[in-house]
Amino acid sequence: MDKRKLVQALFAFTTNAHVQGFFHGTIYRGKLKSACVPGLNCYSCPGALGSCPIGAMQAVEGSTTYGFSMYVTGFLVFVGLLAGRFVCGWLCPFGLIQELLHKLPTRKIKVPKKANDILKWVKYLILLIFVIFLPILTADKFGISTPWFCKYICPAGTLEGGIPLLLANRPLRQAIGFLFSWKLLILMLVILASILIFRPFCHYLCPLGAFYGMFNPVSIRRYQIDRSKCTNCGLCRTHCKMDIDVCKNPNSSECIRCGECVKSCPTGALTGMTTRRKPQKAPCNDKIAD
Amino acid sequence: MKNPIHKRRLFQIFFLTAAFALMITGLINGEAQTVLAKAVNICLECIGIG
Repeated sequence: MDKRKLVQALFAFTTNAHVQGFFHGTIYRGKLKSACVPGLNCYSCPGALGSCPIGAMQAVEGSTTYGFSMYVTGFLVFVGLLAGRFVCGWLCPFGLIQELLHKLPTRKIKVPKKANDILKWVKYLILLIFVIFLPILTADKFGISTPWFCKYICPAGTLEGGIPLLLANRPLRQAIGFLFSWKLLILMLVILASILIFRPFCHYLCPLGAFYGMFNPVSIRRYQIDRSKCTNCGLCRTHCKMDIDVCKNPNSSECIRCGECVKSCPTGALTGMTTRRKPQKAPCNDKIAD
Repeated sequence: MKNPIHKRRLFQIFFLTAAFALMITGLINGEAQTVLAKAVNICLECIGIG
């Protein structure tokens, strides 16, 4: 097991350590849940010790008292600014699940660049429409609204929360209806896509990844290319599973900081860093690439 | 100000300050309690029931 997988697994286990919940069909009800975890981790998962930031944001927006969540937005800006989408690559349990599914030995699909360039914007629309606008704008006269993303889209909630709870909790099973079928369909599609495509949910649908991705170009933890060492061999590009031209844009909003490009660089030109270093002129292109 | 590193550093300082200000304001307003109240009960919408 490589270092990243180990960190992913340890973090997923640590933040979902309420193991008895899986057997009893219950969830953790302690005070830790007032804090958010950085990744997409449904708070209705029987094991969850913290709150999903996307769910928490909608919960606050959809409450009687508040229209917008300063607490969760501040948390997301803080995490995004520290590390950008490092969270996606190293700390998100749903990202880990997709990666494990992708390891199944089947034929893999590479999404054409044009389609990829269009589809990647869908996650930003989901963030704006389903996570921010709809929960704020559709509040009833008491100020309460539906968590639109969680209710109609989120496959993580179905997988991490819905299925384990329904398996262990008979009264909940009796309440299954059309909505569960719909969410199960989305989950099946995401699972199938994950087997064929590397992290399709992170690529195209995840509002949390969209939020953190906006901070990738300015985050404190970032990648930098030493242009004096770069030979423009293109190995970083070919090893990137998120289809990023790393040499041109090492801090792309799509980068999940998995580090494959850094590992593949034969000259050590590409590094992950948190310190300031002056970017150097490029042999492979004329953009400043840090 | 022309140096992109300086610009980025200013941006980082500004947004870190803003992030802390938002988090603290949210905490003072009691948003964490709202999150807790929602998260300690099974969210039927989230799991596809409600």
